[in-house]
Amino acid sequence: MSTGAQRRIDVDEIGNVTIVKFVDKKILDETNIQIIGNQLFSLVDEERRPKIVLDFTNVEYLSSAALGKLITMDKKVRAAKAKLRLCCIRPDIYEVFAITKLNKLFSIVDTQEAAIQSF
Amino acid sequence: MGSPVEFDLTISNDTVAGQSVQERIVGHMEELGYSSKDLFGVRLALEEALINAIKHGNRMNPQKKVRVECSITEQRLRVAITDEGEGFKPEDVPDPTTDENLERPCGRGIMLMKAFLSLIEFQNGGRTVVMERSRTSEEES
Repeated sequence: MSTGAQRRIDVDEIGNVTIVKFVDKKILDETNIQIIGNQLFSLVDEERRPKIVLDFTNVEYLSSAALGKLITMDKKVRAAKAKLRLCCIRPDIYEVFAITKLNKLFSIVDTQEAAIQSF
Repeated sequence: MGSPVEFDLTISNDTVAGQSVQERIVGHMEELGYSSKDLFGVRLALEEALINAIKHGNRMNPQKKVRVECSITEQRLRVAITDEGEGFKPEDVPDPTTDENLERPCGRGIMLMKAFLSLIEFQNGGRTVVMERSRTSEEES
């Protein structure tokens, strides 16, 4: 990945919890999804963040390719013995998780506060 | 309020062209007053179908094309997307929701299309997907 690659996630820290917000409203485009995946994975692979919250407040659309990246992220987090929470998922998007039964795989909570407290 | 639309076009085998046709179709549906629920489902289904055609059907080959036939009335959207690939058998795609497949990062596109469409059919040996979505009534949305 070039150093000039546009940042597709915003990363903040609250205590030892990393809060990740997606910049895009639509996580659909394959190239974007690839970049988002790489930026998420580096939080675990390179930065060794122990507790990560993915905040979906901005996200209005998300495709199965994006779900694939989230699944890989979850595997990496578990392999690193870190923890992952998903929050602020609007009902349309939650339906996508429910249809694919990924709501069973991920820990999904309503708010960012609830996610932080759940660790 | 917009008017019914019908078009048949052939696009180059790249995701930017796919996004563009997706925006065109969703734009027409907006003009015809479809609900946000309908727009969400159709956008998602179109994205999955176009990616399947471009990536899995035509295998990203820039020499190949994707045909998009679309008809949108006030009551129903119908789109047929055809690639120039080898086709596939939908029944061979494993169920991504079983315990052994749940952690596999791929294989959810068709399932999402089925969930968000009123009708989905594969024709032409899997090279053509026909998708329909009927307008959601106000009580349902």
